[in-house]
Parts: sequence; C-alpha cells; structure tokens
Amino acid sequence: MQSLLELMGTAHEQISSASNLASLDQIRVQYLGKTGLITEQLKQLGQLPPEERKAVGQEINLAKQALASAIDLRRDSLQAEALTMRLEAESVDVTLPGRRMDTGGLHPVTLTIQRMQAIFAQLGFALAEGPQIEDDFHNFTALNVPANHPARAMQDTFYLENFGTEEPLLLRTHTSSVQIRYMEAQQPPIRIIAPGRVYRCDSDMTHSPMFHQVEGLMVDKDITFADLKGILDEFFRAFFEDDGIKMRFRASFFPFTEPSAETDITCVHCHGAGCRVCKNTGWLEVMGCGMVHPNVLKHVGIDSEQYTGFAFGMGVERLAMLRYQINDLRVLFENDVRFLRQFH
Amino acid sequence: MKISEQWLREWVNPALSLDEINHKLTMAGCEVEGVAGVATDFSQVIVGQIIELTKHPDADKLNVCKVDSGQGEILQIVCGAPNARAGLKAPLALIGAELPMPDGKPLKIKKGKLRGIESCGMLCSASELGMAEKSEGLLELPEDAPLGASVQAYLKLADKVVELNVTANRGDWLSIAGVAREVGVLTRTHLTPPTTPEQANHHTDTLKVSLPAADSCPRYAGRIIRNINPNAKTPLWMKEKLRRLGSRSLSPVVDVTNYVLLELGQPMHAFDLDKLHGGIQARYATEGEQLVLLDDQTVTLTSDTLVIADDEQAVALAGIKGGMATAVGQTTQHIFLESAHFRAEKLRGQARRYGLQTDASYRFERGVAADLPVQALERATQLIVEICGGSVGPVVDVCADEHLLARPVVILRRERIARVLGVTIEDATVEDILERLGCELVAQATGWSVKPPHSRFDITIEEDLIEELARVYGYDNIPAALKARAPKLTLGLETETQLSDLRAPLLANGYQEAVTYSFVDPTIEGLLSPGHESIVLANPISAELSHLRSTVWSGLLRAVEYNLNRQQTRVRLFEVGPVFSKTETGLQQQDKIAGIMTGAAFPEQWGQANRAVDFYDMKGDVEAILAQASAETFYFVPVAHPALHPGQSAQIATDQAVVGWVGALHPALEAKLGFGQDIFLFELDLKALQGRRLPVYQAISKFPMIRRDLALVMDRSVLAIALDQAIAKVAPPSLISWEIFDVYRGKGIAEHQKSVALSLILQEPSRTLEDSEVTKIIGEIMASLQENTGASLR
Repeated sequence: MQSLLELMGTAHEQISSASNLASLDQIRVQYLGKTGLITEQLKQLGQLPPEERKAVGQEINLAKQALASAIDLRRDSLQAEALTMRLEAESVDVTLPGRRMDTGGLHPVTLTIQRMQAIFAQLGFALAEGPQIEDDFHNFTALNVPANHPARAMQDTFYLENFGTEEPLLLRTHTSSVQIRYMEAQQPPIRIIAPGRVYRCDSDMTHSPMFHQVEGLMVDKDITFADLKGILDEFFRAFFEDDGIKMRFRASFFPFTEPSAETDITCVHCHGAGCRVCKNTGWLEVMGCGMVHPNVLKHVGIDSEQYTGFAFGMGVERLAMLRYQINDLRVLFENDVRFLRQFH
Repeated sequence: MKISEQWLREWVNPALSLDEINHKLTMAGCEVEGVAGVATDFSQVIVGQIIELTKHPDADKLNVCKVDSGQGEILQIVCGAPNARAGLKAPLALIGAELPMPDGKPLKIKKGKLRGIESCGMLCSASELGMAEKSEGLLELPEDAPLGASVQAYLKLADKVVELNVTANRGDWLSIAGVAREVGVLTRTHLTPPTTPEQANHHTDTLKVSLPAADSCPRYAGRIIRNINPNAKTPLWMKEKLRRLGSRSLSPVVDVTNYVLLELGQPMHAFDLDKLHGGIQARYATEGEQLVLLDDQTVTLTSDTLVIADDEQAVALAGIKGGMATAVGQTTQHIFLESAHFRAEKLRGQARRYGLQTDASYRFERGVAADLPVQALERATQLIVEICGGSVGPVVDVCADEHLLARPVVILRRERIARVLGVTIEDATVEDILERLGCELVAQATGWSVKPPHSRFDITIEEDLIEELARVYGYDNIPAALKARAPKLTLGLETETQLSDLRAPLLANGYQEAVTYSFVDPTIEGLLSPGHESIVLANPISAELSHLRSTVWSGLLRAVEYNLNRQQTRVRLFEVGPVFSKTETGLQQQDKIAGIMTGAAFPEQWGQANRAVDFYDMKGDVEAILAQASAETFYFVPVAHPALHPGQSAQIATDQAVVGWVGALHPALEAKLGFGQDIFLFELDLKALQGRRLPVYQAISKFPMIRRDLALVMDRSVLAIALDQAIAKVAPPSLISWEIFDVYRGKGIAEHQKSVALSLILQEPSRTLEDSEVTKIIGEIMASLQENTGASLR
C-alpha cells in the first residue's frame, strides 16, 4: 500500500493537471469516493493498533480535507476558465447593424399639419372638417364673393362637369368653406382649425393644382384684430421655435374678411438680413387673414352686432418648405422615397 | 398696374425716396411687386443727326451716313437701319459707349470697318437702348431734339416703373391719379394734378345721346371735335409715358384716350364721326346681333350685353372694345369722343363671355367713379387739341341720376372701432384719416355719419370704414394681444381612433407617407375601377389630371412606378385622402387609408434571409391597422376585385358593411401598367376605423395553462376561417385561445390535401383543469372540425 504522503503527492499532481471538470470529478471519485483511495485508507484504520489509530486517523482526515479543498479550488478555476472560453466563443461584432425592419415616416405636409394642430390645440382650437367637392354657395357666395365678382378671378376654380345639379359643383378653392359649414351648424363661441386639401386650376414651378391649407376661425363676443395679431404672433414663434421671429400685417383684400391682412414673418433663412428666399426684403409672406366680414356672419345667421371673429388661412406647403428648407414645391408631390425618407 | 415714378411725382411729390413711397403703399395694401428701369443703363449716347447718306458700295442693305454729333464733329457711320435718312435725328452711341445687352454683357462701341468702310460709332434703335423688346430701325427723335444732348437726360430716362398688385376691391387705384391720391393720404402731401380748364367751344354740333339701358349705363358724356390734323404725330413725351406703362402708341387720338385712361382711370373711346349714322344710344343688344370689333373679330351678342349703337347698328361693345366700322383711321378728321359711366356689377363677366379682357373692361368691372366722365372728356379734349388741333364742340352729358349707384351714408360708431380693432383711435385721428381719404363727415353723438368719395365703391358698411382707419393708422400700430381665455379641452375621446393611431403601425412597418393628386388619368382610373361612373373636371389642367379618383391606388401605383424607374426597388407607401364617387344621393367623398408594397420583405441586411413580399406581409400590416379600431370585428372574405389577383384578394368587412380590400395587383394590370414585379395593395374606409374598445380589466388566472396540439389533414380548399368557425362552435370558456402554427403541402400529403397544425390553449380562472376534462374538450373540438371541415387527425 502506498504511503499517505505518496498518495497525496500523486493526487495533488493529478488535480492540478486536471484539464476539465469531468476529469476533476474522476479524480475526486478516485480518492474520495466510496471506494476511493483515501476512503480505503480510512477503512484500514481498524487494522492498526488502537493507540496508533487516532493519530493516523487524524492524519488521513487532514489529508482528505486538503484534497477536497484542492479539488474545489481547481473546480473554481476550471469553471472560470470554461466561462471565459464560452464568453469568448459567444462574442459578436456589436458594430454590425441590428436585425431590422426599416421605419417609415410621415409626409412633410402631414408633419406640418400635425405641428400646427398641436400648437393651436394648446390655444384651445378644436378640429373641424368639410367636403372637398363644394357648391358655389359655400365656396363663394356665403363668403361674400358674388357671381362674376372680380375677386373670383383671384382663385382659378376647378368646376365639375354638370350632373344636373342646380348649382355648379366645384373643388373647394380654400378651406374657408369650412367656416361656413361649421358656423351653419354651430353658434359662437367658436374656436376651430380646419386642415385639408384645396384645389386651384394653376400649375407651374410655384403652383400646384392641389395643395393644403389650414383654416382658423375664432368667433366670440370679444374678438378683435389685436387678438388675431396676438394669436398668430404666438403661433409663428412656436412653429419656428424661434422667439426672434417677428410678424407684420400688411393691408390686403379678401372678400370674406374685413379688415384683411397679408401676414409677413421675419425671413427664417436670413433672420431679416435679406437673402434669395425673401427676395432681399427680409420678410416672407405666409398667409392671409382678417376679421370675419359681417356679410359672412349674416349668411350663417350669426349676429355681427353681438359677435366678432377672425379667420385665417395658412398654406401648409409654404410653411413646410420654410421649416424644412425645401426649395422646390414639386418634390412634395413626386413621392420619391429618397425624399420622403428625409423626414424621420 | 404699372405706374412711372416721374408721372406719379407730377401728381404728388412727397419728400420721400421711391423706396419709402413703395413701402408705404405696400403696407397700406397696394402691394409693390417690382421696380424696373425704363431703359438700360447705357453710357455716352447723345442726340445725333444724319446730314448725308450714301449707299454702301459693297453692301445692299448698308448705308454710309455722315452724322452730326453736335460736338463740332461729323462722324462717318455705317448703318443698316431701313429708316435711316438724311435729316433724321437719332440716338448716337459714340466711340467708347457701352450698351448693356439682354445677356447682361455690354456692347462696347469701337471704331471699326464694315465691309471695308470705316464706321465711328453707332446709331441706335429703341431695343438697343433697352426701351423696347424688339424694334425695327432707328429710334426717331423729334426735329427739335437738341443736337449733342445726352439721350438719357433728353428722354428723362432716370425714371422707374413700379408694378403694383391692385386688389379686386380697389378699382380706384388703377390710374396715376388714384395711386397719387393714396400716396397723398399716406404721406400727408397735397396733390398737384395737371390743370384742365373747361375747353372753349368752337361750334355747337352735338350728337343726340339716349340711354334706354340706363340701369347699365346711367351716364354718357361725349363731344364732337372737328377738323383734327390727320397727319399729326403723338409727341415723344406722351409716347414715352405710354410706353413706360406698357401701352403701345397707335395714333394721336387713340393715344390720348389711352393716356387719359392711365392718368385718370376713365376709359374712353373715339369714333370717326363720319362713320356714325345719327345719334348715340347705350342699349342692350338684340339677340344674335353681330358686331365686328377693332381687332377684326366678329362677336355674336346676346340680349343682356350692353352696346353703344348709332341709329343703324351697334358700334361698340360698351365698356369693353370699340367696333371696326366706326374706328378712327389715318384719314379721320372729325371725331366723336365718348366718356361714359357703366355700372360695375352689370359689366362684370361680360368681357370674359366674349373671350375678351381690355384695359377698359378691367377698370369698369372694378368700378370707375361716376363723376369722372366730363373731367376726363375735358382732359382728352385738351390733349387732342394740343396735338392735332381741331374745332371743339360742346359737351353732351346725359345722366339718369336715379340709376347711378347712390353714394351711401355710413354710420361709424366710435365704440365699434375699438370693438373690431382692439385699439382706441382718437376722434381727431379718425376724422383726419377719413377726411384725407376724401370722405365727407358729420359728427354725431356716438360717432360720425360718413359719405365716402365717388371712387370708393368698396366703402358701403361700417367695417369698410374701420378697415380704412386701420390701414391708414397703420396695421403696425395695432398691438398684438394674447388675452387669457378660458381653457378649452380639444382632446379626442379615448374610444375614438385617431388618424395618428392608424398611421403608427404603417410607420413601424416601413411605409412612407405619400401625397398624390385627387384627380387622375382616366386610363388608370378605368383599369382600377371598370364600370365606375367617373366624376370629371370641366376645366382640368390636363387630360392626365381630369378625373376625380375613385381609389387612392391610382396615385400610389404612379408613385411606385416613379420610384421603380429611379432604382428604388423596395417601396412601401401609404396615403390618407379622399376618393369620390357618384351615388343616388349625389356626389360622395369618402376618406381612405390606402397602402402599396413591392420588392423585398426586409431592407437588405446581413442577419436576415430576404424574400419578396407576399400577400401575408400586406395582410399582416392591414391587421395591425385594424387592431387600432378594436371596437369592430373585421373579416377577410375571399372575393374577387377587378384590379386584384382573383386568388389573392380579400374583401374586408364588418358585420354591417364592406370597408376595404387587400390583395395582389392583377397580373393583367401589372403587365398593362408595365410593372416587372409583384405589387400588393390595400385600401380601407377611414370611417369604419373610428372606434376603439375601452379596455375593461379581466383578472388573470393563477392556474396552469394546458396546451394541446392537433396535426390535421384536410382538403386544400378548406379555409382557415372555416376551422375557426368549427372550433368556435363548440369552444367552452376554458379554451382561451388557439392558433394555426403550421400549414404544409407536399411530400407525405396527398395532392389535394394539406396538413394544418393547431395549438389549443386551455385554462380555468379558478381551478386546475383535469386531464380528463381536457381530453373531452379536445375530442369535441376534433369532432366539430371533422364534421364541419372534413379534417381528420394526421
């Protein structure tokens, strides 16, 4: 039988050279298992004279403990090694792009309408809608534009081929028709915006036969021209996120408002210094507005002595182009995905 | 409307630069659209005179001129102008002169030889000096033009032409006088109009004027001028003024009427007196009456058209254009001058009906002051006599006062001004502004009663006056007020599906939003919606944009085509917008959300095997949208659509209505439209997608779920929905969900059959399900599947 000392020597050697957990476990069984070499030695204690038993027994137990802790140590280190190897094997190139479905995006016209809607919502303006095929009354007459009036020539109207209706039908030339639709159904106080498609028989570099407007209407007992200025002023600073944007009103003419104004804002490109975009004036014309004409209120049965109101109509494409520095109107309707992808 | 700075300053001359005047006009609503010079900025061009002219020995069309430069030198100049002749005075560009050309580069005048003959300078045409687009021959200068003088100084070319955008309500701005009045008001400057004394009469002849259509023509003034000099020429100063405002010089009499139109805003007409028969009537045409106009065009008139007629026939289209038969010609010696007033609302639309628009009709439709005819007549007479001589007759001025538009008296309330404008304007300021505008005021307790001037047809109600006050007071001087107001919630209901909710899944699935026109090409419309009765525009931009679309697909298909043609092979687009159709109750607009997809299922990438999109990609995207409208249950029903592949198209329906379609573009259409790859489409009715279920909490079972899988074989034609219905028929509450997790056709399965794998999940809310219960439920489900679909266990 091998001496305990020799046995321990061999065992330590085996433990330290065990290359994996399985062979380490074999070694444990070989020495410490039920029939292991150390266990065998303990079993043979009985054959020793009683006075020696205690000392030898202690010696063997110490050796057993030593072996067990050596095995544990080795196991820990083998486990750590195995984990390291696994981690290494499992490592990936984190700079490769992730698995993906590309994201889509909204059209800049929609983005612009949504921003306008959000700003006006905070000012208490609710959303309204109206039909795009309109009759002469809602698009013109009720808006104080009588037949043959030269003001009609301001807007080249698309008419529909006759369907035997009494009045000619047309594609609305402005969202102002929604004012009429809304006020026919609703008495003041009124605070609405109405975005949508409008149509004019005009097509060139700077005109599209279809474009978008956002109409605004506010009617109450105390609405003044100064309020119109105040609300629009607030809107433009919020829309362009720039407190340096100034707004000015220029006198103008729209049959359905009086007083009427064209609205200019500080050129957003040059901040008023003068550039190509503003034709060196420092100002950009962005929309028309005014106080609702008493004749319009009369047409919808609202008492203009009791109520006053303002209305405005913003060109969405115009604002989208300014906001996103788009210098060609036509790209908005080509739907080139390389263009559309730029807006998200 | 164009005005010239020099002409304007003859009328009103504030101590302001043109830029400053323009700014004031623009802010007051008379928008300045552009400012241009009246000639190019040339140098060293003087008045020269041809004193001798001989043919060029070697060139048919060239002459050799001896030209007096007025500077003690006779220059030899070779000239090809057809009107070059001895004695003619013309602009002479000296050696060293620079003439800017249309391309921006200056033409430098050097000593040179033309066909061997030395030429020392150049005689100029109007176009070479930037005074005309085109011109033939030399610019002829008057005989009294001072030799050697600078042409710029002599022709007063240091002038500017201002282009004004005159709004439809301000007909009174369509003249030098009108703009001058406005400048006077805005700059507090007195007007200095030319003085026109009443012209002395040399004879007593008049024409009898009658107004049978006084409702349209309530006033008509005229006068006879005899023995004008038919050889008189329009003076250069007048030609220049007319030219600068864009009016071509024709003959002295016509030029004078145009001049007065531009200066005062009163359109006039001159008749050849010898060609008129009897008196003048302003009457309605007889139906079918014909009139040959000045431009030789024959118009056939309707009975609501106003004409000027003599005793025999119509001689002019009133307020629009004169007639050929009575036109002033080169030999005309006696004329009848017309200066009439027509009611704007009666004349509106008339010119357009005959395809005409003239300077006269443009002004009359916007309103010309009723007090202007005689003043204009005197002014024109003065000018004609000055230029052509002649013997002047008395003014005949017939006026049906009761048909003149009465000048309204408008009550202006002090309180209303502040109420509308949000700013208080001092009484003195109000009065000052209105008086400067030419209004007559009477002060009252609460404000004023105001009579606006004749020329202001646009002032009829209180708001009109308030606008005038605001305009002249200055919009800039009205403060911006942002009052605190009662807040108003604008939030939609939680149970309303918002448009952004419907767009969201499409954005997540890689769709770009498109915006396409509502009007489309009838060809594509016919392919997509055969038999659909189209709504057609009466005046489309082009045939390709002439029909209102009945489906958004027409625009989306074109957009995909556009992208495929530009190497973009993977395209996903959607659009929210209207489609139009005819129904029994009229024309209907329906708003849709529609999408299109083609190309690879995924963007190209290393980590994912790619494939082309198929029906189920599109259907999945549609289901993601429908999930946002959870208040409704939607069914996909295999129904053919004329634009879709009959085996890959589904109608989308609720229990009440058909709400949309999804499918592959029909291969026949794919070929017709020239697509080389499969296209998938969907379109949904927005109205059907408006409701959302309000979530109601359900307790989650703490007991284990049990899953059972069934492998079935059945006929290929059995639809998934049939399996669903068969299961639903017998499903107890404990069957909480089921799913098809595999569909297989091929090896091991008969040709006409398919294998379908189903997973069934069972769970009770308050106890653990017994094995025997599960077996029983599965048995019942299997029996129902077998009975209703013919499916059997594999």
